Amino acid sequence: MKWPTPSQISARSLRVWQRNFSIYRQNWKISFVPPLLEPLLYILAFGVGLAVMVGELEYGGEKISYTTFIAPGLVSVAIMYNAFFETTYNSFVRMYYQKTFDALLATPLNLEEIILGEMLWAATKSVIAVTLMTCVISLCGFFSFPGTLLLIPLALLGGLLFAALGMICTALVPGIEMFNLPIFLGITPMFLFSGTFFPLQNLPNWAQVLAQFLPLTHLVTLARGCSLHVWSGDLWFSLLYLLVATLLLLPLAIALMVRRIVV
Amino acid sequence: MPILKVESLRKNYGTLTAVDGISFDVQSGECFGLLGPNGAGKTSTIRMLYGYTPRDSGLLEVFGLDIDKGLREIKRRIGICQQEDSLDPDLSVRDNLIGYARYFAIPKPEAERRADELLGFFALQNRAKDKIMVLSGGLKRRLMLARALVNQPELLILDEPTTGLDPQSRQLLWEKLAELKKQGLTILLTTHYMEEAERLCDRLVIVDHGRILVEGKPAALVQERVGHSVLEIADPDQPLRDFLAREKCRVEDLGSRLLVYLDHGDELFLKLTREVRAEGCMLRPAGLEDLFLNLTGRELRE
Repeated sequence: MKWPTPSQISARSLRVWQRNFSIYRQNWKISFVPPLLEPLLYILAFGVGLAVMVGELEYGGEKISYTTFIAPGLVSVAIMYNAFFETTYNSFVRMYYQKTFDALLATPLNLEEIILGEMLWAATKSVIAVTLMTCVISLCGFFSFPGTLLLIPLALLGGLLFAALGMICTALVPGIEMFNLPIFLGITPMFLFSGTFFPLQNLPNWAQVLAQFLPLTHLVTLARGCSLHVWSGDLWFSLLYLLVATLLLLPLAIALMVRRIVV
Repeated sequence: MPILKVESLRKNYGTLTAVDGISFDVQSGECFGLLGPNGAGKTSTIRMLYGYTPRDSGLLEVFGLDIDKGLREIKRRIGICQQEDSLDPDLSVRDNLIGYARYFAIPKPEAERRADELLGFFALQNRAKDKIMVLSGGLKRRLMLARALVNQPELLILDEPTTGLDPQSRQLLWEKLAELKKQGLTILLTTHYMEEAERLCDRLVIVDHGRILVEGKPAALVQERVGHSVLEIADPDQPLRDFLAREKCRVEDLGSRLLVYLDHGDELFLKLTREVRAEGCMLRPAGLEDLFLNLTGRELRE
Protein backbone atom coordinates (compact mmCIF):
# COMPACT_ATOMS: atom_id res chain seq x y z
CA MET A 1 0.00 0.00 0.00
CA LYS A 2 1.25 3.45 -0.94
CA TRP A 3 0.71 6.17 1.65
CA PRO A 4 0.04 9.66 0.38
CA THR A 5 2.76 12.25 0.85
CA PRO A 6 2.10 15.95 1.46
CA SER A 7 3.85 16.81 -1.80
CA GLN A 8 1.11 14.97 -3.72
CA ILE A 9 -1.61 17.21 -2.36
CA SER A 10 -2.28 20.70 -3.69
CA ALA A 11 -5.10 23.24 -3.66
CA ARG A 12 -6.48 21.37 -6.69
CA SER A 13 -8.36 19.22 -4.18
CA LEU A 14 -10.69 22.17 -3.78
CA ARG A 15 -11.73 21.81 -7.44
CA VAL A 16 -13.31 18.48 -6.55
CA TRP A 17 -14.99 20.12 -3.57
CA GLN A 18 -16.18 22.89 -5.87
CA ARG A 19 -17.69 20.40 -8.31
CA ASN A 20 -19.73 18.74 -5.57
CA PHE A 21 -20.67 22.05 -4.03
CA SER A 22 -21.96 23.48 -7.30
CA ILE A 23 -24.20 20.45 -7.78
CA TYR A 24 -25.38 20.68 -4.16
CA ARG A 25 -26.24 24.32 -4.79
CA GLN A 26 -28.42 23.36 -7.75
CA ASN A 27 -30.64 21.38 -5.36
CA TRP A 28 -30.16 23.38 -2.17
CA LYS A 29 -33.87 23.75 -1.55
CA ILE A 30 -34.24 19.99 -1.27
CA SER A 31 -30.92 19.51 0.53
CA PHE A 32 -31.91 22.02 3.21
CA VAL A 33 -35.14 20.28 4.18
CA PRO A 34 -33.81 17.32 6.22
CA PRO A 35 -31.47 19.30 8.54
CA LEU A 36 -34.21 21.87 9.18
CA LEU A 37 -37.07 19.43 9.69
CA GLU A 38 -35.36 16.49 11.31
CA PRO A 39 -34.56 18.17 14.65
CA LEU A 40 -38.13 19.46 14.86
CA LEU A 41 -39.50 15.96 14.35
CA TYR A 42 -37.20 14.50 16.99
CA ILE A 43 -37.89 17.27 19.48
CA LEU A 44 -41.59 16.80 18.92
CA ALA A 45 -41.46 13.04 19.28
CA PHE A 46 -39.06 12.92 22.24
CA GLY A 47 -39.96 16.21 23.86
CA VAL A 48 -43.70 15.66 23.76
CA GLY A 49 -43.98 11.90 23.60
CA LEU A 50 -41.07 10.43 25.53
CA ALA A 51 -39.82 13.18 27.86
CA VAL A 52 -42.96 13.00 30.02
CA MET A 53 -42.10 9.41 30.85
CA VAL A 54 -38.38 10.05 31.33
CA GLY A 55 -38.66 13.30 33.22
CA GLU A 56 -35.46 15.16 34.02
CA LEU A 57 -32.00 13.76 34.29
CA GLU A 58 -28.81 14.94 35.80
CA TYR A 59 -25.99 16.10 33.59
CA GLY A 60 -22.90 17.91 34.81
CA GLY A 61 -24.39 18.43 38.22
CA GLU A 62 -27.53 20.06 36.90
CA LYS A 63 -31.02 18.82 36.19
CA ILE A 64 -31.87 19.11 32.49
CA SER A 65 -34.88 18.02 30.44
CA TYR A 66 -34.60 14.88 28.36
CA THR A 67 -35.04 16.89 25.17
CA THR A 68 -32.14 19.12 26.14
CA PHE A 69 -30.09 16.00 26.75
CA ILE A 70 -30.66 14.48 23.31
CA ALA A 71 -30.46 17.70 21.24
CA PRO A 72 -26.59 17.62 21.05
CA GLY A 73 -26.84 13.90 20.32
CA LEU A 74 -29.00 14.63 17.29
CA VAL A 75 -26.45 17.12 16.02
CA SER A 76 -23.66 14.58 16.45
CA VAL A 77 -25.63 11.93 14.58
CA ALA A 78 -26.19 14.41 11.74
CA ILE A 79 -22.42 15.01 11.54
CA MET A 80 -21.88 11.26 11.25
CA TYR A 81 -24.66 10.59 8.74
CA ASN A 82 -23.95 13.47 6.40
CA ALA A 83 -20.27 12.70 6.04
CA PHE A 84 -20.51 8.91 6.09
CA PHE A 85 -23.30 8.65 3.52
CA GLU A 86 -21.56 11.13 1.23
CA THR A 87 -18.29 9.17 1.02
CA THR A 88 -20.01 5.79 0.86
CA TYR A 89 -22.99 5.81 -1.49
CA ASN A 90 -22.34 9.11 -3.26
CA SER A 91 -18.60 8.70 -3.74
CA PHE A 92 -19.09 5.09 -4.81
CA VAL A 93 -21.59 6.18 -7.47
CA ARG A 94 -19.18 8.83 -8.71
CA MET A 95 -16.27 6.39 -8.72
CA TYR A 96 -17.95 3.29 -10.11
CA TYR A 97 -21.04 4.26 -12.09
CA GLN A 98 -20.43 7.81 -13.24
CA LYS A 99 -16.66 7.38 -13.83
CA THR A 100 -16.18 10.87 -12.43
CA PHE A 101 -12.78 9.99 -10.98
CA ASP A 102 -11.67 8.59 -14.34
CA ALA A 103 -12.58 11.86 -16.01
CA LEU A 104 -10.71 13.83 -13.35
CA LEU A 105 -7.61 11.66 -13.68
CA ALA A 106 -7.25 12.91 -17.26
CA THR A 107 -6.74 16.43 -15.90
CA PRO A 108 -3.81 17.77 -13.84
CA LEU A 109 -5.45 16.38 -10.68
CA ASN A 110 -4.10 13.21 -9.10
CA LEU A 111 -6.08 10.55 -7.28
CA GLU A 112 -4.91 11.63 -3.83
CA GLU A 113 -6.30 15.11 -4.42
CA ILE A 114 -9.56 13.73 -5.76
CA ILE A 115 -10.14 11.54 -2.71
CA LEU A 116 -9.18 14.32 -0.32
CA GLY A 117 -11.53 16.69 -2.14
CA GLU A 118 -14.37 14.19 -1.76
CA MET A 119 -13.74 13.93 1.98
CA LEU A 120 -13.50 17.70 2.39
CA TRP A 121 -16.81 18.00 0.64
CA ALA A 122 -18.42 15.33 2.86
CA ALA A 123 -17.23 17.21 5.96
CA THR A 124 -18.64 20.40 4.48
CA LYS A 125 -22.02 18.71 4.21
CA SER A 126 -21.80 17.95 7.92
CA VAL A 127 -21.00 21.58 8.62
CA ILE A 128 -23.95 22.81 6.54
CA ALA A 129 -26.34 20.36 8.23
CA VAL A 130 -25.10 21.25 11.72
CA THR A 131 -25.38 24.98 11.06
CA LEU A 132 -29.00 24.61 9.95
CA MET A 133 -29.92 22.22 12.76
CA THR A 134 -28.27 24.41 15.37
CA CYS A 135 -30.31 27.40 14.22
CA VAL A 136 -33.54 25.45 14.65
CA ILE A 137 -32.59 23.91 18.01
CA SER A 138 -31.30 27.24 19.33
CA LEU A 139 -34.56 28.93 18.37
CA CYS A 140 -36.31 26.30 20.49
CA GLY A 141 -34.07 27.44 23.32
CA PHE A 142 -32.15 24.24 24.02
CA PHE A 143 -28.59 25.48 23.37
CA SER A 144 -26.34 27.90 25.24
CA PHE A 145 -24.21 30.51 23.53
CA PRO A 146 -21.41 31.14 22.76
CA GLY A 147 -20.37 27.50 23.44
CA THR A 148 -22.76 26.25 20.75
CA LEU A 149 -20.72 28.05 18.09
CA LEU A 150 -18.01 25.45 18.71
CA LEU A 151 -20.33 22.90 17.09
CA ILE A 152 -19.29 24.28 13.70
CA PRO A 153 -15.55 23.47 13.90
CA LEU A 154 -16.55 20.28 15.66
CA ALA A 155 -18.73 19.38 12.65
CA LEU A 156 -15.73 19.90 10.41
CA LEU A 157 -13.51 17.65 12.52
CA GLY A 158 -16.17 14.97 13.08
CA GLY A 159 -17.20 15.27 9.45
CA LEU A 160 -13.64 14.58 8.28
CA LEU A 161 -13.41 11.58 10.60
CA PHE A 162 -16.65 10.01 9.39
CA ALA A 163 -15.86 10.96 5.80
CA ALA A 164 -12.60 9.01 6.15
CA LEU A 165 -14.42 6.05 7.68
CA GLY A 166 -16.93 6.11 4.82
CA MET A 167 -14.17 6.36 2.21
CA ILE A 168 -12.41 3.37 3.79
CA CYS A 169 -15.64 1.39 3.34
CA THR A 170 -15.85 2.58 -0.28
CA ALA A 171 -12.29 1.40 -0.84
CA LEU A 172 -13.09 -2.04 0.55
CA VAL A 173 -16.62 -2.98 -0.57
CA PRO A 174 -16.91 -5.05 -3.74
CA GLY A 175 -20.30 -3.55 -4.63
CA ILE A 176 -22.66 -0.81 -3.53
CA GLU A 177 -25.12 -3.18 -1.84
CA MET A 178 -22.35 -4.20 0.59
CA PHE A 179 -22.56 -0.87 2.39
CA ASN A 180 -25.39 -2.44 4.41
CA LEU A 181 -22.75 -4.28 6.36
CA PRO A 182 -20.74 -1.37 7.81
CA ILE A 183 -24.00 0.49 8.39
CA PHE A 184 -25.59 -2.40 10.26
CA LEU A 185 -22.46 -3.35 12.20
CA GLY A 186 -20.97 0.10 12.73
CA ILE A 187 -23.19 3.07 12.15
CA THR A 188 -26.43 1.79 13.71
CA PRO A 189 -24.82 0.54 16.95
CA MET A 190 -23.00 3.87 17.21
CA PHE A 191 -26.24 5.74 16.68
CA LEU A 192 -27.75 3.84 19.61
CA PHE A 193 -24.89 3.30 22.05
CA SER A 194 -22.75 6.45 21.97
CA GLY A 195 -24.55 8.37 24.66
CA THR A 196 -26.88 9.93 22.12
CA PHE A 197 -30.22 9.01 23.68
CA PHE A 198 -29.25 8.01 27.24
CA PRO A 199 -26.26 8.54 29.52
CA LEU A 200 -23.56 5.92 29.02
CA GLN A 201 -23.56 5.35 32.80
CA ASN A 202 -26.83 3.45 32.33
CA LEU A 203 -24.95 0.72 30.47
CA PRO A 204 -23.13 -2.16 32.17
CA ASN A 205 -19.45 -1.50 32.78
CA TRP A 206 -18.13 -3.57 29.91
CA ALA A 207 -20.38 -1.76 27.46
CA GLN A 208 -19.25 1.60 28.80
CA VAL A 209 -15.65 0.59 28.11
CA LEU A 210 -16.56 -0.53 24.59
CA ALA A 211 -18.41 2.72 23.95
CA GLN A 212 -15.20 4.65 24.67
CA PHE A 213 -13.77 3.20 21.46
CA LEU A 214 -16.61 4.55 19.31
CA PRO A 215 -15.84 7.86 17.62
CA LEU A 216 -19.45 9.00 17.95
CA THR A 217 -19.19 8.75 21.75
CA HIS A 218 -16.50 11.39 21.77
CA LEU A 219 -18.32 13.55 19.27
CA VAL A 220 -21.43 13.44 21.46
CA THR A 221 -19.40 14.21 24.60
CA LEU A 222 -17.91 17.28 22.96
CA ALA A 223 -21.13 18.45 21.34
CA ARG A 224 -23.03 18.14 24.62
CA GLY A 225 -20.35 19.85 26.68
CA CYS A 226 -20.08 22.77 24.24
CA SER A 227 -23.74 23.35 23.55
CA LEU A 228 -24.87 23.00 27.19
CA HIS A 229 -21.86 24.79 28.67
CA VAL A 230 -20.80 21.87 30.81
CA TRP A 231 -17.03 22.04 30.74
CA SER A 232 -14.93 19.18 32.06
CA GLY A 233 -11.52 17.63 31.53
CA ASP A 234 -13.13 14.75 29.61
CA LEU A 235 -13.67 17.09 26.69
CA TRP A 236 -9.92 17.40 26.12
CA PHE A 237 -9.57 13.64 25.97
CA SER A 238 -12.42 13.36 23.48
CA LEU A 239 -10.93 16.11 21.34
CA LEU A 240 -7.58 14.35 21.35
CA TYR A 241 -9.29 11.09 20.34
CA LEU A 242 -11.04 12.77 17.40
CA LEU A 243 -7.90 14.59 16.25
CA VAL A 244 -5.69 11.52 16.37
CA ALA A 245 -8.29 9.30 14.71
CA THR A 246 -8.86 11.82 11.93
CA LEU A 247 -5.16 12.32 11.28
CA LEU A 248 -4.71 8.56 11.01
CA LEU A 249 -7.82 7.73 9.02
CA LEU A 250 -7.60 10.46 6.36
CA PRO A 251 -4.31 9.22 4.87
CA LEU A 252 -5.43 5.61 5.36
CA ALA A 253 -8.60 6.31 3.37
CA ILE A 254 -6.54 7.87 0.56
CA ALA A 255 -4.06 4.99 0.55
CA LEU A 256 -6.82 2.37 0.41
CA MET A 257 -8.62 4.15 -2.40
CA VAL A 258 -5.37 4.39 -4.38
CA ARG A 259 -4.91 0.66 -3.83
CA ARG A 260 -8.43 0.03 -5.10
CA ILE A 261 -8.36 2.25 -8.17
CA VAL A 262 -4.74 2.11 -9.37
CA VAL A 263 -3.97 -1.29 -10.90
CA MET B 1 11.86 15.82 -31.09
CA PRO B 2 8.83 13.54 -31.09
CA ILE B 3 5.71 14.67 -29.20
CA LEU B 4 5.42 11.23 -27.65
CA LYS B 5 8.15 8.67 -27.15
CA VAL B 6 7.36 5.18 -25.89
CA GLU B 7 10.21 2.76 -25.30
CA SER B 8 10.03 -0.88 -24.15
CA LEU B 9 6.81 -0.27 -22.26
CA ARG B 10 5.68 -3.21 -20.13
CA LYS B 11 2.69 -3.97 -17.93
CA ASN B 12 1.67 -7.18 -16.19
CA TYR B 13 -1.55 -7.84 -14.33
CA GLY B 14 -0.59 -10.76 -12.11
CA THR B 15 0.46 -13.48 -14.49
CA LEU B 16 -1.17 -11.83 -17.49
CA THR B 17 1.14 -9.74 -19.65
CA ALA B 18 -0.95 -6.91 -21.05
CA VAL B 19 1.83 -4.87 -22.64
CA ASP B 20 5.00 -6.69 -23.56
CA GLY B 21 7.68 -4.24 -24.62
CA ILE B 22 6.01 -1.72 -26.91
CA SER B 23 8.03 1.09 -28.52
CA PHE B 24 6.87 3.83 -30.88
CA ASP B 25 7.14 7.58 -31.48
CA VAL B 26 4.48 10.08 -32.43
CA GLN B 27 5.69 13.10 -34.40
CA SER B 28 4.23 16.58 -34.21
CA GLY B 29 1.16 17.07 -36.40
CA GLU B 30 0.60 13.44 -37.32
CA CYS B 31 -2.22 11.10 -36.54
CA PHE B 32 -0.82 7.87 -35.16
CA GLY B 33 -2.94 4.74 -34.85
CA LEU B 34 -2.70 1.96 -32.30
CA LEU B 35 -4.61 -0.94 -33.82
CA GLY B 36 -5.36 -4.30 -32.37
CA PRO B 37 -8.11 -6.74 -31.44
CA ASN B 38 -9.83 -6.58 -28.06
CA GLY B 39 -7.41 -7.38 -25.27
CA ALA B 40 -4.34 -6.57 -27.37
CA GLY B 41 -3.07 -4.03 -24.84
CA LYS B 42 -4.25 -0.81 -26.50
CA THR B 43 -6.14 0.66 -23.56
CA SER B 44 -3.46 -0.42 -21.09
CA THR B 45 -0.88 1.40 -23.21
CA ILE B 46 -3.02 4.54 -23.43
CA ARG B 47 -3.67 4.51 -19.69
CA MET B 48 0.02 4.36 -18.91
CA LEU B 49 0.58 7.43 -21.08
CA TYR B 50 -1.31 9.68 -18.69
CA GLY B 51 -0.37 7.96 -15.48
CA TYR B 52 -3.76 6.34 -14.90
CA THR B 53 -2.08 2.97 -14.76
CA PRO B 54 1.49 2.72 -13.45
CA ARG B 55 3.86 0.95 -15.82
CA ASP B 56 6.10 -1.92 -14.77
CA SER B 57 9.03 -0.74 -16.86
CA GLY B 58 9.94 1.26 -19.91
CA LEU B 59 10.42 4.88 -20.83
CA LEU B 60 7.62 7.35 -21.47
CA GLU B 61 8.22 10.89 -22.65
CA VAL B 62 5.59 13.40 -23.68
CA PHE B 63 6.68 16.81 -25.03
CA GLY B 64 10.20 15.74 -24.04
CA LEU B 65 9.15 15.48 -20.38
CA ASP B 66 9.67 12.28 -18.44
CA ILE B 67 6.30 11.07 -17.20
CA ASP B 68 7.54 10.39 -13.68
CA LYS B 69 8.75 13.94 -13.24
CA GLY B 70 6.41 16.01 -15.36
CA LEU B 71 3.06 14.20 -15.15
CA ARG B 72 1.06 17.27 -14.10
CA GLU B 73 2.58 19.42 -16.81
CA ILE B 74 1.95 16.63 -19.34
CA LYS B 75 -1.66 16.21 -18.26
CA ARG B 76 -2.19 19.96 -18.53
CA ARG B 77 -1.13 19.85 -22.18
CA ILE B 78 -2.85 16.69 -23.43
CA GLY B 79 -6.51 15.95 -24.09
CA ILE B 80 -7.83 12.48 -23.36
CA CYS B 81 -11.03 11.00 -24.68
CA GLN B 82 -11.52 7.79 -22.73
CA GLN B 83 -13.31 4.77 -24.11
CA GLU B 84 -16.09 4.79 -21.51
CA ASP B 85 -18.45 7.69 -21.17
CA SER B 86 -17.38 9.68 -18.12
CA LEU B 87 -19.51 12.78 -18.61
CA ASP B 88 -20.95 14.37 -15.50
CA PRO B 89 -24.64 13.40 -15.37
CA ASP B 90 -25.39 16.08 -12.77
CA LEU B 91 -24.38 18.88 -15.14
CA SER B 92 -25.76 20.21 -18.42
CA VAL B 93 -23.90 19.79 -21.72
CA ARG B 94 -22.35 23.27 -21.53
CA ASP B 95 -21.56 22.98 -17.82
CA ASN B 96 -19.75 19.73 -18.49
CA LEU B 97 -17.28 21.72 -20.58
CA ILE B 98 -17.05 24.70 -18.23
CA GLY B 99 -16.77 22.46 -15.17
CA TYR B 100 -14.00 20.45 -16.79
CA ALA B 101 -12.08 23.61 -17.66
CA ARG B 102 -11.91 24.38 -13.93
CA TYR B 103 -9.65 21.38 -13.37
CA PHE B 104 -7.17 22.99 -15.76
CA ALA B 105 -7.42 26.29 -13.86
CA ILE B 106 -8.84 28.04 -16.91
CA PRO B 107 -10.52 31.32 -15.85
CA LYS B 108 -14.30 31.26 -16.13
CA PRO B 109 -14.77 33.83 -18.96
CA GLU B 110 -12.18 31.98 -21.04
CA ALA B 111 -13.80 28.62 -20.19
CA GLU B 112 -17.19 29.92 -21.31
CA ARG B 113 -15.75 31.22 -24.54
CA ARG B 114 -14.05 27.89 -25.30
CA ALA B 115 -17.16 25.93 -24.32
CA ASP B 116 -19.32 27.88 -26.76
CA GLU B 117 -16.70 27.57 -29.48
CA LEU B 118 -16.50 23.79 -28.98
CA LEU B 119 -20.28 23.40 -28.84
CA GLY B 120 -20.38 25.17 -32.20
CA PHE B 121 -17.60 23.07 -33.69
CA PHE B 122 -19.31 19.82 -32.71
CA ALA B 123 -22.80 21.05 -33.65
CA LEU B 124 -24.00 20.79 -30.07
CA GLN B 125 -25.10 24.38 -29.49
CA ASN B 126 -28.79 23.46 -29.57
CA ARG B 127 -28.28 20.93 -26.81
CA ALA B 128 -26.23 23.20 -24.54
CA LYS B 129 -28.76 23.17 -21.71
CA ASP B 130 -29.69 19.48 -21.95
CA LYS B 131 -28.80 16.98 -19.27
CA ILE B 132 -26.44 14.16 -20.25
CA MET B 133 -29.08 11.48 -19.63
CA VAL B 134 -31.17 12.53 -22.64
CA LEU B 135 -28.24 12.51 -25.11
CA SER B 136 -27.79 9.74 -27.67
CA GLY B 137 -24.55 7.76 -27.85
CA GLY B 138 -23.31 9.87 -30.76
CA LEU B 139 -23.97 13.15 -28.98
CA LYS B 140 -22.23 11.91 -25.84
CA ARG B 141 -19.15 10.96 -27.86
CA ARG B 142 -19.06 14.40 -29.49
CA LEU B 143 -19.28 15.99 -26.07
CA MET B 144 -16.53 13.69 -24.71
CA LEU B 145 -14.34 14.82 -27.60
CA ALA B 146 -15.24 18.47 -27.06
CA ARG B 147 -14.37 18.08 -23.39
CA ALA B 148 -10.98 16.59 -24.27
CA LEU B 149 -10.24 19.77 -26.26
CA VAL B 150 -11.27 22.29 -23.62
CA ASN B 151 -7.66 22.80 -22.44
CA GLN B 152 -6.49 23.34 -26.06
CA PRO B 153 -4.23 20.28 -25.94
CA GLU B 154 -1.10 19.83 -28.03
CA LEU B 155 -1.71 16.07 -28.15
CA LEU B 156 -5.12 14.45 -28.35
CA ILE B 157 -5.42 10.86 -27.18
CA LEU B 158 -8.50 8.96 -28.32
CA ASP B 159 -9.35 5.50 -27.04
CA GLU B 160 -11.75 3.86 -29.51
CA PRO B 161 -13.57 7.09 -30.23
CA THR B 162 -16.28 5.63 -32.47
CA THR B 163 -16.96 2.21 -30.95
CA GLY B 164 -20.69 1.61 -30.79
CA LEU B 165 -21.72 4.62 -32.86
CA ASP B 166 -24.15 4.67 -35.77
CA PRO B 167 -22.68 5.39 -39.24
CA GLN B 168 -23.90 9.00 -39.28
CA SER B 169 -22.27 9.84 -35.96
CA ARG B 170 -19.11 8.05 -36.98
CA GLN B 171 -18.85 9.96 -40.26
CA LEU B 172 -19.35 13.27 -38.47
CA LEU B 173 -16.73 12.42 -35.87
CA TRP B 174 -14.25 11.45 -38.57
CA GLU B 175 -14.85 14.73 -40.37
CA LYS B 176 -14.23 16.65 -37.17
CA LEU B 177 -11.07 14.70 -36.39
CA ALA B 178 -9.79 15.27 -39.93
CA GLU B 179 -10.44 18.98 -39.47
CA LEU B 180 -8.54 19.03 -36.16
CA LYS B 181 -5.66 17.23 -37.82
CA LYS B 182 -5.63 19.82 -40.56
CA GLN B 183 -5.35 22.51 -37.90
CA GLY B 184 -2.09 20.83 -36.86
CA LEU B 185 -3.23 18.86 -33.80
CA THR B 186 -1.21 15.73 -33.03
CA ILE B 187 -3.49 12.74 -32.49
CA LEU B 188 -2.95 9.29 -31.01
CA LEU B 189 -5.84 6.99 -31.70
CA THR B 190 -6.71 3.41 -30.79
CA THR B 191 -9.28 1.60 -32.83
CA HIS B 192 -10.27 -1.75 -34.22
CA TYR B 193 -12.13 -0.17 -37.12
CA MET B 194 -9.87 -0.42 -40.13
CA GLU B 195 -11.83 2.14 -42.08
CA GLU B 196 -11.21 4.63 -39.30
CA ALA B 197 -7.48 3.97 -39.31
CA GLU B 198 -7.28 4.11 -43.12
CA ARG B 199 -9.06 7.42 -43.16
CA LEU B 200 -7.31 9.18 -40.32
CA CYS B 201 -3.93 7.66 -39.56
CA ASP B 202 -0.69 8.81 -41.20
CA ARG B 203 1.18 6.00 -39.47
CA LEU B 204 0.11 3.12 -37.34
CA VAL B 205 1.16 0.04 -35.44
CA ILE B 206 -0.80 -3.17 -35.16
CA VAL B 207 -0.49 -4.75 -31.74
CA ASP B 208 -1.56 -8.11 -30.42
CA HIS B 209 -0.82 -9.87 -27.15
CA GLY B 210 0.95 -6.73 -25.99
CA ARG B 211 3.49 -6.66 -28.83
CA ILE B 212 3.85 -4.62 -31.98
CA LEU B 213 3.44 -6.81 -35.05
CA VAL B 214 3.98 -4.20 -37.72
CA GLU B 215 4.57 -0.48 -38.07
CA GLY B 216 4.28 1.90 -41.01
CA LYS B 217 2.06 3.96 -43.25
CA PRO B 218 -1.27 2.22 -43.85
CA ALA B 219 -1.27 2.20 -47.67
CA ALA B 220 2.38 1.15 -47.91
CA LEU B 221 1.88 -1.61 -45.36
CA VAL B 222 -1.07 -3.02 -47.25
CA GLN B 223 0.73 -2.88 -50.59
CA GLU B 224 3.83 -4.51 -49.12
CA ARG B 225 2.24 -7.17 -46.92
CA VAL B 226 -1.04 -8.00 -48.64
CA GLY B 227 -0.75 -6.85 -52.20
CA HIS B 228 -2.69 -4.76 -54.66
CA SER B 229 -6.07 -6.42 -54.61
CA VAL B 230 -7.98 -9.35 -53.19
CA LEU B 231 -10.10 -11.78 -55.14
CA GLU B 232 -12.90 -13.22 -53.05
CA ILE B 233 -14.52 -16.43 -54.22
CA ALA B 234 -17.64 -17.85 -52.64
CA ASP B 235 -18.35 -21.63 -52.66
CA PRO B 236 -15.23 -22.71 -54.55
CA ASP B 237 -15.48 -25.99 -56.49
CA GLN B 238 -12.72 -28.34 -57.63
CA PRO B 239 -12.12 -26.91 -61.14
CA LEU B 240 -11.71 -23.52 -59.59
CA ARG B 241 -9.26 -24.77 -57.00
CA ASP B 242 -7.32 -26.56 -59.76
CA PHE B 243 -7.16 -23.35 -61.77
CA LEU B 244 -5.77 -21.39 -58.82
CA ALA B 245 -3.24 -24.13 -58.10
CA ARG B 246 -2.02 -23.92 -61.71
CA GLU B 247 -1.68 -20.13 -61.49
CA LYS B 248 0.43 -20.45 -58.32
CA CYS B 249 -1.19 -17.58 -56.46
CA ARG B 250 -1.40 -16.87 -52.74
CA VAL B 251 -4.64 -18.38 -51.59
CA GLU B 252 -6.21 -18.31 -48.16
CA ASP B 253 -8.72 -21.11 -47.75
CA LEU B 254 -11.59 -20.34 -45.37
CA GLY B 255 -13.57 -23.45 -46.36
CA SER B 256 -16.64 -21.96 -47.96
CA ARG B 257 -14.70 -18.96 -49.18
CA LEU B 258 -11.33 -18.41 -50.79
CA LEU B 259 -9.26 -15.25 -50.65
CA VAL B 260 -6.68 -14.78 -53.36
CA TYR B 261 -4.09 -12.05 -52.84
CA LEU B 262 -2.97 -10.38 -56.05
CA ASP B 263 0.17 -8.32 -56.32
CA HIS B 264 -0.81 -6.28 -59.35
CA GLY B 265 -3.44 -5.88 -62.01
CA ASP B 266 -6.63 -7.77 -62.67
CA GLU B 267 -5.45 -10.23 -65.37
CA LEU B 268 -5.97 -13.26 -63.17
CA PHE B 269 -9.49 -12.15 -62.28
CA LEU B 270 -10.38 -11.65 -65.96
CA LYS B 271 -8.88 -15.00 -66.91
CA LEU B 272 -10.74 -16.72 -64.09
CA THR B 273 -14.11 -15.21 -64.97
CA ARG B 274 -13.64 -16.00 -68.66
CA GLU B 275 -12.25 -19.52 -68.37
CA VAL B 276 -13.67 -20.98 -65.13
CA ARG B 277 -16.59 -19.11 -63.69
CA ALA B 278 -17.71 -15.56 -62.90
CA GLU B 279 -20.40 -16.32 -60.43
CA GLY B 280 -19.46 -15.61 -56.78
CA CYS B 281 -16.14 -14.04 -57.75
CA MET B 282 -15.40 -10.52 -56.65
CA LEU B 283 -12.29 -8.38 -57.04
CA ARG B 284 -11.68 -5.61 -54.55
CA PRO B 285 -8.71 -3.48 -53.49
CA ALA B 286 -6.62 -4.91 -50.65
CA GLY B 287 -7.21 -3.09 -47.41
CA LEU B 288 -6.01 -2.72 -43.87
CA GLU B 289 -8.54 -5.28 -42.72
CA ASP B 290 -6.78 -7.97 -44.80
CA LEU B 291 -3.47 -7.05 -43.23
CA PHE B 292 -5.01 -6.94 -39.77
CA LEU B 293 -6.63 -10.35 -40.08
CA ASN B 294 -3.52 -11.86 -41.61
CA LEU B 295 -1.44 -10.63 -38.70
CA THR B 296 -3.78 -11.21 -35.79
CA GLY B 297 -5.56 -14.32 -37.06
CA ARG B 298 -9.22 -15.00 -37.57
CA GLU B 299 -10.12 -16.69 -34.33
CA LEU B 300 -12.52 -14.83 -32.05
CA ARG B 301 -11.30 -12.83 -29.06
CA GLU B 302 -13.22 -12.56 -25.86
